[in-house]
Amino acid sequence: MTSLPTNGSGVKLGLVIDLDICVGCHACAVNCKEWNTGGHSAPLPDSDPYGADPAGVWFNRIHTFEVVSEDKKDSRTVHFPKSCLHCDDAPCVTVCPTGASYKRPEDGIVLVNADHCIGCKLCSWACPYGAREYDPDAGVMKKCTLCVDRIYNEALPEDMRVPACVSTCPVGARSFGDLGDPNSDVSKLSAARGGYQLMPEQGCEPVNRYLPPRPRSAAGDGTGEEKSLAAAAKDKGSLISKWLDRVLSV
Amino acid sequence: MHPAKSVILFTVASGAGYGLIFLFTLFDMLGYVPRTPAATAMVFGLSLVLITGGLLASTFHLGHPERAWRALTQWRSSWLSREGVAALATYAPLVVYGFLRWQNPEVLSLAEQVAGGLTLVGAVVTVYCTSMIYASLKTIPAWATAWTPASYLAMALVTGSVLLCALAYMGGYFTNMIQWVTMILLVFGALVKLGYRRAVMRQRIVSTAETATGLAKEGETAHLLEAPHTEGNYLTEEMGGRLDRNAAGRLVRMSMMAGFLYPLLLVFFASSQSLWINDVIFVVAILTTGVGIAMERWLFFAEARHSVTLYYGERAV
Repeated sequence: MTSLPTNGSGVKLGLVIDLDICVGCHACAVNCKEWNTGGHSAPLPDSDPYGADPAGVWFNRIHTFEVVSEDKKDSRTVHFPKSCLHCDDAPCVTVCPTGASYKRPEDGIVLVNADHCIGCKLCSWACPYGAREYDPDAGVMKKCTLCVDRIYNEALPEDMRVPACVSTCPVGARSFGDLGDPNSDVSKLSAARGGYQLMPEQGCEPVNRYLPPRPRSAAGDGTGEEKSLAAAAKDKGSLISKWLDRVLSV
Repeated sequence: MHPAKSVILFTVASGAGYGLIFLFTLFDMLGYVPRTPAATAMVFGLSLVLITGGLLASTFHLGHPERAWRALTQWRSSWLSREGVAALATYAPLVVYGFLRWQNPEVLSLAEQVAGGLTLVGAVVTVYCTSMIYASLKTIPAWATAWTPASYLAMALVTGSVLLCALAYMGGYFTNMIQWVTMILLVFGALVKLGYRRAVMRQRIVSTAETATGLAKEGETAHLLEAPHTEGNYLTEEMGGRLDRNAAGRLVRMSMMAGFLYPLLLVFFASSQSLWINDVIFVVAILTTGVGIAMERWLFFAEARHSVTLYYGERAV
């Protein structure tokens, strides 16, 4: 049924992505590809992988944006991972003519039934975020499953029962949990850091939240009050440590 | 948006088929067309070929055409499903109406009137559902406007009326009535298309790179610095294409001339007399209208921009 579930449990599993600490290493995308090419929606095919024009299906892609201040004198580079946001009001589900695209009432995960998908691609047109990618080999649409085959998998040790992208992030920029429960760790984290939705004007009510980069500390803000590291080192320490510093700095 | 040939062929052909049968049925109800079996066979035959050919073409771009029947199940939420249901449902009154008309050339029976009435409704509903597949997508502001269904309905009437002129000429019933209705519809179609373009050009921006990322505070701007991968992907292929502004302008002028102006002039100079010049006029009118409306449909896709492009360097949609 491609109408959205009305008998939902209230559980909204999703991700909270901290843009302050993401370093743009692409490890989450690589581990996503690795897990999912053997998972629920396997395989994630590539075309011409070693040739001049490689392309392939990825459920998670990391974009890098530059945020420029109004006077254009300051800028900040932000790495921006994006996967399916498992929207509450998912247009990709309601446009599906076959019922292949569905949102699970028990946890809000949006999935595709590959046995029913006719590959019309309309769901990918309806998604504002580009969460869906077509598999030309299988002739069906594929998307992030929130690692539905990991998070409930009792064959895995408990600490691995999170999406592959979350388990692999080396800086802990990704958190997974129930955003429908205001007392969950992810909800509290999002509330404390001002977590926001992408493109709220599209009306999809995405579940995933993004945490904005923290404001810069006062040091280095160009007011001249900051001290260089070398100057700071000169002020402090004994003669021996200054001597050691000089020897080691050469 | 990537203009898929199968979708252009489908929407133009089935639109022309529904437009033709709609106009013919309307004229029949009002008693303006002859009830000869030949006229019936030509009009119903051609519209069924166009509608069926269009529907078949629409399955060409599917990954699994053999599962297409499943698309009839989700009419509660999906315009694509509604379109499939409406198209199939319209076959019933259309075929019954054509059969009755062909069987009994003398009078317009009550059963025929009912079937004809349902055919009129079915043709409008099906073309409307086709247009709503596009108009219901908020992600593509150029489509999410009431001008989209208006354009699809108007283009169906334009192509259908030119076809009806040619068939009427062949059947010997090309009257001033049909001529003038066609010319009025051609002008109407051109006005609707101009209205669509004007409305889309004045559209307010819906989403920006800033709202897509949520990164920029008041006054700041967000720009794509590096795309996720060096090469393109499904999203950039399917939704990323961007038409050069000058090329678009030229194509728009060509489609307006081929789709509306040339057929208008040709139909204006046509007459019901069986002259070689009239043969040429109707053949050229059909060809130029088909090419012009197919270009119009191509532009409908090629000019439309999708919000996902904001993650790939576009500034606003």
